[in-house]
Amino acid sequence: MRSALVQFFQAGMLLLLAPLLAGFVATCRARLQNRRGAGVMQPWRNLRKLFSKEVVMASHASWIFRTAPYVVFTATVMAASVVPAMLVDTPLSLIADVIALVALLALSRFFQALAGMDIGTAFGGMGASREMTFAALGEPAMLMSIFVISLSAHSTNLTSMINHTLNSPFALHPSLAFALVAMLLVALAENGRIPIDNPTTHLELTMIHEAMILEYSGRHLALMEWAAMVKLLLFSTLIVDLFMPWGMAVNTDAISLVQAFGLWLLKVAGLMIALALAETGMAKLRLFDVPEYLSGAFVIAFLGLLSFYMLEVGA
Amino acid sequence: MRFAVNTWFAERLGDHGIHSEFLADHHPVHMPCLEIRLHDWEQAAGEARRLEMRMVAVWAAEAGKHDISVSGSRALYVYMAFAHPEHRHALLRTRLRDDTREVQSISGHYISACRMERTLQDMFGIHVRNIPDSRAWIKHEHWPENVHPLRADFSVTRMSVEPERNAIDYDYVQSSSQGVYEIPVGPVHAGIIEPGHFRFLAVGEYILNMEERLGYVHKGIEKAMQGRTAEHGIRLAARVSGDTTVGHAWAFAHACEYASNTAAPKRASYLRGILCERERMANHIGDIGAICNDAAFTFMHMQMQRLREDMARMHADVFGHRLLMDTITPGGVCRDVDAVSCMMLMQQTRTIAAEVEHLRSIYADHPSIQERVIGAGTVCIADARDIGLLGFAGRASGDYPDERIEEAYPPYDDVEVRVAEGKLGDVATRIWVRFEEIADSARIIGQLLETLPEGDIQAAWIPPESGVSGFAAIESWRGEIAAWVRFGEGGCIDRYFVRDPSAINWLGLELAVRTVPVPDFPLVNKSFNCSYAGHDL
Repeated sequence: MRSALVQFFQAGMLLLLAPLLAGFVATCRARLQNRRGAGVMQPWRNLRKLFSKEVVMASHASWIFRTAPYVVFTATVMAASVVPAMLVDTPLSLIADVIALVALLALSRFFQALAGMDIGTAFGGMGASREMTFAALGEPAMLMSIFVISLSAHSTNLTSMINHTLNSPFALHPSLAFALVAMLLVALAENGRIPIDNPTTHLELTMIHEAMILEYSGRHLALMEWAAMVKLLLFSTLIVDLFMPWGMAVNTDAISLVQAFGLWLLKVAGLMIALALAETGMAKLRLFDVPEYLSGAFVIAFLGLLSFYMLEVGA
Repeated sequence: MRFAVNTWFAERLGDHGIHSEFLADHHPVHMPCLEIRLHDWEQAAGEARRLEMRMVAVWAAEAGKHDISVSGSRALYVYMAFAHPEHRHALLRTRLRDDTREVQSISGHYISACRMERTLQDMFGIHVRNIPDSRAWIKHEHWPENVHPLRADFSVTRMSVEPERNAIDYDYVQSSSQGVYEIPVGPVHAGIIEPGHFRFLAVGEYILNMEERLGYVHKGIEKAMQGRTAEHGIRLAARVSGDTTVGHAWAFAHACEYASNTAAPKRASYLRGILCERERMANHIGDIGAICNDAAFTFMHMQMQRLREDMARMHADVFGHRLLMDTITPGGVCRDVDAVSCMMLMQQTRTIAAEVEHLRSIYADHPSIQERVIGAGTVCIADARDIGLLGFAGRASGDYPDERIEEAYPPYDDVEVRVAEGKLGDVATRIWVRFEEIADSARIIGQLLETLPEGDIQAAWIPPESGVSGFAAIESWRGEIAAWVRFGEGGCIDRYFVRDPSAINWLGLELAVRTVPVPDFPLVNKSFNCSYAGHDL
């Protein structure tokens, strides 16, 4: 009963904190550029504004275009709710499988791409084609990097993987370092951050993610943007879970839950500061360099697998 | 400045049997206007091409009230201007036949003349024979066919023009090949920029061809200038393109001054030089930041914006306007600077130039931004010479037209201008040229401020007589602005023509983006940063 409550709290928290986190990254970036920035609440203000605006839709938009925001948002929220943030073992932990997780994200992406093409504008199609091309390269790299941990945990279930890391003695595994690097590279690409995509750009021709949702307005746009923010938080939580789960609550007593919550916030904030640093110091890649970047991530993840077999099996 | 009559071009034309006469009521004499016969028109352009002259502009004017023939019909003249680095500008004029109103196209010799000839067709109803592209240019499809806004019989106040309802769509360049798709972009963009339409033909992510369609910000500036006095008209000229207000106002003032044979006092010309170089610095600083921002290198953008803002505030303090509008008048400038302002300007120019140098080292040390700009959007030397690419875009491509050196109008007869000589013609070289120009402008401003002569800032302005025309070419931050002004009765202007450098450089952009990946287009576009308003007029 108590763990079910925690589960609900966790999912709700991810949902509510996601815009704050996006605001936090934006503020960090602003500070790094010697600006004051609009504050951490700005994404929330934007969402509130968008929700109160009317929806403008192309006359030939089909049901796909209209339902896609809900599908995308629901799939992303579902994915977010199965990722443990504070408590390792939740009622939903049985379905907290990384392959299911990647599938949920793929579902959301699929509908986003369909919606992008549905209106028939050149930008939507262009964005969809770019997104799918990069997804085809990014997803295997992501799975491959998670599999490095799965190999030692003998499971693709997140809870079992976290439990395995928590229960095994602390040691530096070279395979994990490879997997972490690959995961970070993929996370940048999946969330449409610099150097792959620029979430703040206004240049239609360079957009990837933004091009697909260019025709959305009002609450539809709000849902799409909110989903993107949740996805960013989801990925940072996933990285925290897989590579630095220490401090997560195993029991549902209040002290360890509060402690786990605080630690989780710290870890995620640390990741976001690193993201802001990386984004400030880098320009966007040329589009044709993105496949190289993603295959690089795949190769690094693969090296992680190899080094696991060479150095860690039987050791 | 006393120049002898420039007879070089007339002699060259004479060598090839083209008879030409100097127009007495055109000034200045070192940039003469020659009247040639209509059937020599195209051959004269061919001769100019053979002499490796640069085509400056093609325009037309109806005869003013002073020139109405006995039959009462207004003669229609077509003008073209060429420039030679050593022998300055030369204008050619010919009179069209009243019945046919035909002229031979010169686009075969100068491809950049094509859009100007299309504008002649739109605005005057002149039939240009053998024009390679006869589509309408400035007059969009909702305009009725037989209405020509720059003709005297078209009244702006009597808005009798009904928009065409069954307008045929503009005939864009198309491809029937499989796998080629079209991307229409604009005129309304996702960002807050000027309107213009770009039609891409792309294969995969590569641009096969990009076609521009402009004219969305046509404001009728040439028409609106008619009937204004020079003092009144310069306010309009200063607003041709908001980022080049000093350049346009100066070109207009200079053309008027040539026409009326007045010279601005030395102190005024120095102040104009300071204004123009400050404008150059501010725009280059803003643009370098914006180019980096288009490659998502926001840090640079923010820093450059800060510097630009500092300059704008100083301009508001010292010259009364953030963008330096309405600082130049015919015959001088209207704001003098005192010793304190001089010190402030000097100080700030130095500080900003130093900060830009610092940012330049950051830009140069970032491989990720270097990766994006090097080799992107190349215009080769041959192409640049063919279309006569102007300003920093030309200087990045191995072609170095600079009026500050070629004509050396005051104050540039007293200061040395160092031209950055780029060769590669890519985005990186254009940025490099801009950085060099910021440093050079800062040096020039310092020198002008140090040697600022005492004296008046305004010469008495006496409008010239009816029918007198003047031509001037000023090196604005974007490149050469050519302005031609003809005065009518009562000191009022009866025809004003201005060619913003964008009219030429837009073609350079079309050349630069061939075989560039689609997402690199904004980067290349920004590195040219052509003006829509200046082109559309």
